[in-house]
Amino acid sequence: MCTMIAETSSISGMAKNENGWFAVTRATVGYDHATHSKAEHALLIDFTNYDIGLGARVALELDLESGRALLAQLQSAIVQAEATGLH
Amino acid sequence: MWNSFSTAGPVSVTAEITTFTGGGGDEIHAYVARPKTDEPLPGIVLLHHMPGWDEFYQEFAERLARHGYEVIAPDLYCRFGHGTPDDVFAKVRSEGGVLDDSVVADGAAALAWLKSRPNHNGKVGTLGTCSGGRHAVLVASLVPGFDAVIDLWGGGVVAAPEDATPSRPVAPIEYTEQLNTPLLGLFGNEDQSPTAEQVDVHEQALQAAGKDYEFHRYDGAGHGFTYYHTGLYRQEQSMDAWEKIFAFFAAKLQS
Repeated sequence: MCTMIAETSSISGMAKNENGWFAVTRATVGYDHATHSKAEHALLIDFTNYDIGLGARVALELDLESGRALLAQLQSAIVQAEATGLH
Repeated sequence: MWNSFSTAGPVSVTAEITTFTGGGGDEIHAYVARPKTDEPLPGIVLLHHMPGWDEFYQEFAERLARHGYEVIAPDLYCRFGHGTPDDVFAKVRSEGGVLDDSVVADGAAALAWLKSRPNHNGKVGTLGTCSGGRHAVLVASLVPGFDAVIDLWGGGVVAAPEDATPSRPVAPIEYTEQLNTPLLGLFGNEDQSPTAEQVDVHEQALQAAGKDYEFHRYDGAGHGFTYYHTGLYRQEQSMDAWEKIFAFFAAKLQS
């Protein structure tokens, strides 16, 4: 199945791969063929910086349940961060 | 048939990464595999799947070459940059996929490349799996000169207008009238794209247009059932599919 489900946004942050830390400029979240997961499809999450190269990438393949849990954690952390007034 | 060569004189194959002039005059990579022979050879344009121009497709090309074909597998993602196949796939995904127009142009260029080969027999087929199956139907419909096309579980051949994207603006089924190349389609009945119902719709369109086609559908198999590197692999269905691929291409390209 080729879902063609993919959304890309510009982001600002840092990520770490085997070459060390690098600035990330783009996040893509999709649901399509998994490359390494056992499942046929997975949530495909990529943090990239194509100004550096195609290898400047941190990738995740998650099942939907894990994606939902991650989404809830992100939302919770953001709410708590905003409540501190430290942002 | 697979594994039916004579040990007295098995065919050797050569394979290499090369560049050729693809669509728009761009120099792009291609994996080329061919039998070592001076005999005239039919050609195959092998269109890779959505995960990219990867090791599976190199092995796929070699298998076809071992059965008597000069095979060119263009890197349809070459213009997106280079890295590991999954890094390139990520870049392509982030940009909404490769453009259909780009694939059609590269398919036409690969056809021309094969026809220019000194020991070419004048016949060329095309095939692909997954998005490559869809692309094979698209290329065979829009580019004159192919003698056979094989669609292996191509998702999106049948699609609703609202599912169109900038990279895939027209579903290949819309070009059925223009498809003047014999088509073999192999599908798993448990596939979610194409579903069995979508395969029915495609078959009905082919019948209505009086096209030369042959569809086979496998129970107990879904998408990608010949992918021996994944959990999708189904041995019995896969080996039967390979026999159908060899028989179809032999009938259309070697006669």
